[in-house]
Amino acid sequence: MQGKKGVKVNFEFDQTTPIYQQLVTQLSELMLTGVYQAGERIPSTTQLSQELHINPATVRKAMNILVDQGLLVKQRGIGMFVTDQSQAMIVKQHQDEFFDEYVVKVIAEAKRLGISQTELMSLIERGYDHGNN
Amino acid sequence: MATIKIKQVTKRFGRHVILDNVTTTLEAGKIYGLLGRNGAGKSTLLNLINDRNFATSGEILFDGEPINNNPAARQQMYLMSETNMYPKRTRVKELFKAADRGYGDFDFTLAHRLTNEFGIDENSMVDNLSTGLTTIAKLITALCVKADFIFLDEPTLGLDASHREMFYRELLKTYERRPRTFVLSTHLISEVQNLIEHVIILDNREFKVDQPSEELLAQAFAISGPTAEVDAITKELPILGSHEIGHIKTVYVVQPIDAMQLATSSVTVKHLDLQTTFIALTDGKEL
Repeated sequence: MQGKKGVKVNFEFDQTTPIYQQLVTQLSELMLTGVYQAGERIPSTTQLSQELHINPATVRKAMNILVDQGLLVKQRGIGMFVTDQSQAMIVKQHQDEFFDEYVVKVIAEAKRLGISQTELMSLIERGYDHGNN
Repeated sequence: MATIKIKQVTKRFGRHVILDNVTTTLEAGKIYGLLGRNGAGKSTLLNLINDRNFATSGEILFDGEPINNNPAARQQMYLMSETNMYPKRTRVKELFKAADRGYGDFDFTLAHRLTNEFGIDENSMVDNLSTGLTTIAKLITALCVKADFIFLDEPTLGLDASHREMFYRELLKTYERRPRTFVLSTHLISEVQNLIEHVIILDNREFKVDQPSEELLAQAFAISGPTAEVDAITKELPILGSHEIGHIKTVYVVQPIDAMQLATSSVTVKHLDLQTTFIALTDGKEL
């Protein structure tokens, strides 16, 4: 599927989490990265269903979740549009998940490898320096 | 809209029991996957529903009425299968006309577009087409016929990968435009996994599974890790299959468990895809 400005959008699914959840994650990601911008219409249920070979009921379920989360707004008969606040909301979601998704795991792995708290801190600082150069 | 009810249906061929007291309801507007190993009785079931064969006992009702010699039921059910119901030397366009005579309001516009896209000359004899194109001609008929229940027995037989892709897309397209029930009986499970809304697994003469795919997959897990730990965690669970390599064991379960709760630092709990779930349920030993 061809996204905006020729950005190649790849919807890839694994079979380990429900497809509607993966669709929710991927559409959010596309909004976060600005492929679908505020006020823009996203591909229709029909398009997504046909291109990705997914039952339309599954696509609709994902769309409804995004509407409930306030990321999409439905305009009857026209389609689904990205809301103005979507990007900020997705950033907030990711921030909320950051501790559980990353920090907890990094600390667990550090402990497993015998890396002390001080060493971990200095590694993180090194990472920041590396990123700045 | 009407439903099809299959009530306590048993089918025997001589002393051989093919279906043993199976019951289910096919609802309007859903895409079903009918899965089963070779010889599980999928085609037999489809033939019974479509009144091409008789149940030994039990009944099949369309809109509350028995389907046998029931013109109203026949009008709303279409079975595409390997057995051809058309005479020899039938041209593709005659296949369409016959469907139009039998069911009315055949979608010729869609049929013409599809024959064009798949590169089929409607004047060709169906029997002269390649295996793949014969299947496609029959599939096009099934997608354009005006019936509320469409049964496709091994719909992708002989189709190459790109034709299968095209078929799945066209199926979803026409389904979106005119929702009706499709029952796909197939062994290419991974291809239809995201397409089907409801799964029926026929195994050992019975329906082993009859539930929404999402619900089934939410309960299908592989639990793997060090053998001793996996054994301890799963000792209370009904295990469908397992294998072990070098003290690392994986067991398969279809059970509403709390994955987060079971997982430890060394034991992982992962969801299964439909194909693996199917194999675990129908022959766990093979995993």
